[in-house]
Amino acid sequence: MFTTIRDLFKFSPSFRVGSLILLLVVVMLVLSAFSPYEEDKLRRKVKRNQPPSADFIFGTTSQGQDVFWMLTFSVRNTLIISVIAVLIGRGIGVVLGMVSGYFGGTFDRVTQSIVESVIVIPRLPLLILIGAILRGQLTIYSLGILIGLLDWAYPSKRYRAQILSLRERDFTHTAVFSGMSTVKIVIREHLPFIIPFMLADVISGFLFSIGIEVTLSYLGLANLDSPTIGTMIYWGNYYQSIWVGRSWVLIAPIVATVLLVLGFYLMSVGLGEYLDPRKRLVRLTAHLGEEAQDDDPRKEKEDVWAP
Amino acid sequence: MNLLKTYILPRILQWFLVVFIGISATFLIPRLSPVNPVDEMLARMTAFQSMNPEAFASMRESTMALYGLDKTLPEQYIAYWGRLLQGDLGPSFGNFPRPVSDVIAVALPWTIGLLGVATAISWTAGVLLGALAGYYHDRRWAQGLERVVVTVYPVPYLIIAFILILIFAAWLKWFPLVGGSRGDPALTWEYISTLLYFGFLPGLSIVIGATAFRFIMAKSLTTTEIASDYVQYAELAAVPKRKIILFYVARNTMLPQVTDLALSLGAIFEGALITEVLFAYPGIGFVTYNAIYNGDYNVIMGITLLSIVGIATASLLIDLLYPVFDPRVRLR
Repeated sequence: MFTTIRDLFKFSPSFRVGSLILLLVVVMLVLSAFSPYEEDKLRRKVKRNQPPSADFIFGTTSQGQDVFWMLTFSVRNTLIISVIAVLIGRGIGVVLGMVSGYFGGTFDRVTQSIVESVIVIPRLPLLILIGAILRGQLTIYSLGILIGLLDWAYPSKRYRAQILSLRERDFTHTAVFSGMSTVKIVIREHLPFIIPFMLADVISGFLFSIGIEVTLSYLGLANLDSPTIGTMIYWGNYYQSIWVGRSWVLIAPIVATVLLVLGFYLMSVGLGEYLDPRKRLVRLTAHLGEEAQDDDPRKEKEDVWAP
Repeated sequence: MNLLKTYILPRILQWFLVVFIGISATFLIPRLSPVNPVDEMLARMTAFQSMNPEAFASMRESTMALYGLDKTLPEQYIAYWGRLLQGDLGPSFGNFPRPVSDVIAVALPWTIGLLGVATAISWTAGVLLGALAGYYHDRRWAQGLERVVVTVYPVPYLIIAFILILIFAAWLKWFPLVGGSRGDPALTWEYISTLLYFGFLPGLSIVIGATAFRFIMAKSLTTTEIASDYVQYAELAAVPKRKIILFYVARNTMLPQVTDLALSLGAIFEGALITEVLFAYPGIGFVTYNAIYNGDYNVIMGITLLSIVGIATASLLIDLLYPVFDPRVRLR
């Protein structure tokens, strides 16, 4: 695990840039614990509508909140929502995908046709319907659960495909013929392949839930009293910040979202390269010195963040 | 005949399954929720005016009966299908007694127009740019383009649209923020030019996100495609580069992209929904937004149902067209 991360740092500029951005996010998370204000008592604490200055580095809102400290809570809450959503969505997805991949047969056919149907169904209208009915009662936790319950179909399809390809590999047959038990094959032989794949998949889950959280809160369907990135945009928009020349209220959460998703995405690009066996060869030869790499006629500079 | 059995019939069955699951979900969700939509709606209606308690009770009863909420669940379910099959989505509370189907029918052409044009542009641009950037992967412009795409790709639609508004509508004031067109609908250049003018920013926000998605897929498909023998052979035979890219590489990468378009239509539709809200574009998304504010459940239900059936039908059509593009499926 540790060597994996070290290798990634060394050979993938995407991973490097991504993790540096996410370090910023971690700093925000830590700062939220040292905030001079309490999370639910942010309003009317400071002078309203102040532009960014030395006192308020990101300015203040029309409700008298300090944008910077509000943002620390928002980033934390948005991440809490995403963590819950990812745990639930991926939990269902992994179990369903692995079970239908390993068992096959009728169970697999039935679940596959259901999964394929669920993939096609647009989720946002369903979420809007649920959100409109439960309005005001959607805390950050129930919002996370809700997003998770709607985001398992595509992951389960991908886990199933992974299992199906692992089952056909030579080493699986070797293990079966040498009398290894099924449980042992799954844990010892297949999990090492599934776990890195899962990491990349978890990141795409984060991207989805951050996007949905921002969207639903912007539509006013989440609990508007708890600060999240989406509710910050909602209130900024509610007070017409752009049109009265107070766009800093909106720019802070917008930049935070872009950095957050970009950090996660670049990390997953780095992981994806790590998972690609063709790239792995390039990485291994890099240890042997430069000329070994130059011999490769199809050497590709895939990593777009490389200088 | 074989094609019908192995390809077309399963797809049509799949369509029925999608529609069945989607419609059943929209039936169950409001009924599983702890809040009774009727009480919620009546509470909203009486929030600003006092009402005679007897009138309130009778109104509640009649609304419950209108929705069939006084019957058992299976009975309600059958009645629900019966109403849907007749195209009856009930009245809209926001603009009573206008039926929901009427409200949706007015907004639908706007969404289909915006979505259709944006999807066509982004699909073509994504496939072509991806093929070019994949073929010339060591050129500086290709790498620059890819860096831009990788930065844009993970950003949610809402944020892209907000950034466009900040730059083009608020600071530069090049484009209007609200509305769909100016003047009376007519087939004159004057009217169509306002359509384009008002639709430009909403369209652009969808095109940016959807093109980035398509580009990344097209590029990785192209990277595997240019390693195949026929491309090397064509290069050795000095076939013009333009021809190799357009007629050999891009053509082969298009097939998986057609299938993927069917799968990603839902995501593009969701993007359009958000875009319309932000730009107050008079389509389905904006109607949804107003319905959320007025607590107009019938309209939200109607739009949810319509989007599920619409997206499922659109992907069915794309899948049915697939044999036209791929002779291997057609001649199997």
